[in-house]
Amino acid sequence: MIPELGQLSLVLALCLATVQATLPLLGAAQGRADLMALARPAAAGQFVFVIAAFLILVQAFLVNDFSVLYVATNSNSALPVAYKVAAVWSAHEGSLLLWIAILSGWTFAVAAGSRHLPDVFASRVLGVLGIVSVGVMLFTLLTSNPFARLQPAAFEGNDLNPLLQDPALVMHPPILYAGYVGLAVPFGFAVAALLSAQLSQEWARWTRPWTIGAWIFLTIGIALGSWWAYYELGWGGWWFWDPVENASFMPWLAATALIHSLAVTERRGIFKSWTLLLAITAFSLSLLGTFLVRSGILISVHAFASDPARGLFILVLLSVISGGALILYAIRAHRMNQDGGFQPLSRESFLLLNNILLMLAAGLILIGTLYPLFVDALGMGKLSVGPPYFNLVFLLPTLPLVFLMGVGMHSFWRTMPKSVLVKRLKIPIILALLFGISFPLAVFGRATILTLVGCVAGMWVVAAAMLEPAQRLIKGDGSILKIRRSQWGMMVAHLGVGIFILGVTVTSSYSIETDQARAPGDSWELAGYQFVFRSTRDVIGPNYQAVEGEFEVRKDGRLLTVLTPQKRVYRVQQSPMTEAAIQSGLRQDIFIALGDSLGGGAWSLRVQYKPLIRFIWLGALIMALGGILAASDIRYRRQKQNQSQSSHDIDGSVAEII
Amino acid sequence: MTPRRQQRMVLIAIVFSGVAVSAGLALKAFQENLLFFFSPTQVEAGEAPDSRNFRLGGMVVPGSITRDTGSMTINFVVTDYAHSIPVQYTGVLPDLFGEGQGVVVRGQLGETNNFFAEEVLAKHDENYMPPEVAEALAQSEKAREL
Repeated sequence: MIPELGQLSLVLALCLATVQATLPLLGAAQGRADLMALARPAAAGQFVFVIAAFLILVQAFLVNDFSVLYVATNSNSALPVAYKVAAVWSAHEGSLLLWIAILSGWTFAVAAGSRHLPDVFASRVLGVLGIVSVGVMLFTLLTSNPFARLQPAAFEGNDLNPLLQDPALVMHPPILYAGYVGLAVPFGFAVAALLSAQLSQEWARWTRPWTIGAWIFLTIGIALGSWWAYYELGWGGWWFWDPVENASFMPWLAATALIHSLAVTERRGIFKSWTLLLAITAFSLSLLGTFLVRSGILISVHAFASDPARGLFILVLLSVISGGALILYAIRAHRMNQDGGFQPLSRESFLLLNNILLMLAAGLILIGTLYPLFVDALGMGKLSVGPPYFNLVFLLPTLPLVFLMGVGMHSFWRTMPKSVLVKRLKIPIILALLFGISFPLAVFGRATILTLVGCVAGMWVVAAAMLEPAQRLIKGDGSILKIRRSQWGMMVAHLGVGIFILGVTVTSSYSIETDQARAPGDSWELAGYQFVFRSTRDVIGPNYQAVEGEFEVRKDGRLLTVLTPQKRVYRVQQSPMTEAAIQSGLRQDIFIALGDSLGGGAWSLRVQYKPLIRFIWLGALIMALGGILAASDIRYRRQKQNQSQSSHDIDGSVAEII
Repeated sequence: MTPRRQQRMVLIAIVFSGVAVSAGLALKAFQENLLFFFSPTQVEAGEAPDSRNFRLGGMVVPGSITRDTGSMTINFVVTDYAHSIPVQYTGVLPDLFGEGQGVVVRGQLGETNNFFAEEVLAKHDENYMPPEVAEALAQSEKAREL
């Protein structure tokens, strides 16, 4: 009975979403306040019923209701409680419901946080979000109902895929989805601006914190996924250019470009149509990602059950939503008037280059991701594009991007005198060259050209990001306290980029990855560490059995740690799983995984030394922290308090805000 | 030409050649990293390249896995039920590699149509069949019925 209530809730939510998707838009077109007033209650009601449906599915998992097909396929009564909750979004139907729940959450947040916006505009934004909701809910109810019953009920569930029984995987999908789906908000703002055929600088100010919010979640979500892949399935790799990874990375690149382009639109009133196009592109790439993952045309861990009807439905949804927005863009975008110009040497120029390079990277990744699908669809054979392609085409645009980043940060709007720029950048250039070259040579004793370039680039971004606060701190006149929150955000986020670059460069240059055949009693040395394979023993977990190896790790004879990697066999699915053991530290990780039993007590082992690999995820988290600082800037909070302030006032204060 | 214009021309030339070189490199990388997929039947028919990496897929023949005790090198046979190719691999195997399972291996062909794998991909779900493998099996099934 209760699962049927879940389905009913979802149907009611669909009805409310339909109201939200139609009447407020009609009201905005005809200027009818009564219709526009429906937008917020409909959004709130939709939110309530979607959350109810979601909680009912969670409940079905918690009470082991194996009469629900989805629960029976993805859970088991022996599964720990946290993983029962995570199992809700472990497969196709439940993750769609999560998608919907998060969309309705964002919609509700927009409804609550948009009271300072003009009614016509807010109604249009909510209307557009309603259209997206209707599409995805129809998709769920028609092709992927999570509440479908199993007759007769199963006695025991089929268990959650062991790979997904992991703390990071409890967090990864909801956070990543919050980012993916959050891009619907700037999309809604963009379409609303196109519908009203006008775009003020205030529009950019309204849109920016939402975009940054979605970007923060996307950043953390991607970092979590990479971290999980590293210790759970990657055998020590942290990024594979897997199509599904690309599917989340392309919206991230577009959202990053959008944040920067919004900065220009907010400050200078230019790049308007480009900003709109980026907002549409970013969300379209999110939808494309959903299509790629959910249609089953990809070969990946993430690709769930393939059903052609589902793929087709999402493709139609994608073309209606993105195609509709693009047609609207084609009709309306030329009406967006530009307000001012800028000199070739100015912050605007650097942000423009930033956008071009980021979108170039996204485009080249898109080609590598979609090309095999096209070839396959045309019946010209099956192929895939290897990681070296992606490594190269990602490096080509991002290398100049990174060097321009430091210059752009220290440029003025409108025009930048060359002499001032050179004077400002002298110190970071010297620091970057000094440390970027001496650090890898001093620590590792050798370096290739590419390693040096990477280290100089990372140091350059770090130094450029810290220059302003460091100078003010040295001055000691308290001027460091005058730095605005949004400026801190910009510097901190870029600092994160620098740390990320250092991590990637050092890890990919100096990692030592070995596969070895070893038996208990063996000892060997790797990267200055001594390893001793002590023993193996059997271990019994809550829902698995395992063989556990015990390894001593010593440095200069001193015992550093004992690592205990496991080879697990999960009881229900009888599938083996490798649990790597990692001694992690800021400076390096030591990674041991048990491979296969080779007979005679010997095992194949993967033993790795990974310097600075933590900098990769640390950098991503610092980027996200920068986003939080930027989005919480006082000017975004102030606009809610002074809702009636005229746009002239806001324009007048623009010059002083960086 | 004024010095200013000259400067601009140089700048444009630099940017242009940079873009051209980048595009060339990207194209080259794209060409070199295209990995084609072939079934054992296609390999037998000589469709697979000799001195270039490609991916081979099929089922691991039950009972075909052999390994010398304590050695990291493993031999097994991949089949699409019409033709079979022996494969050799040295290294750690993925968790779900096993007899009777679908598998995709990446590597090069040896002289006697034996395959030297650099990487073995088995999927993370016991019921999961790589789409290429599923299709290759269906193809050979059809061929046998004819």
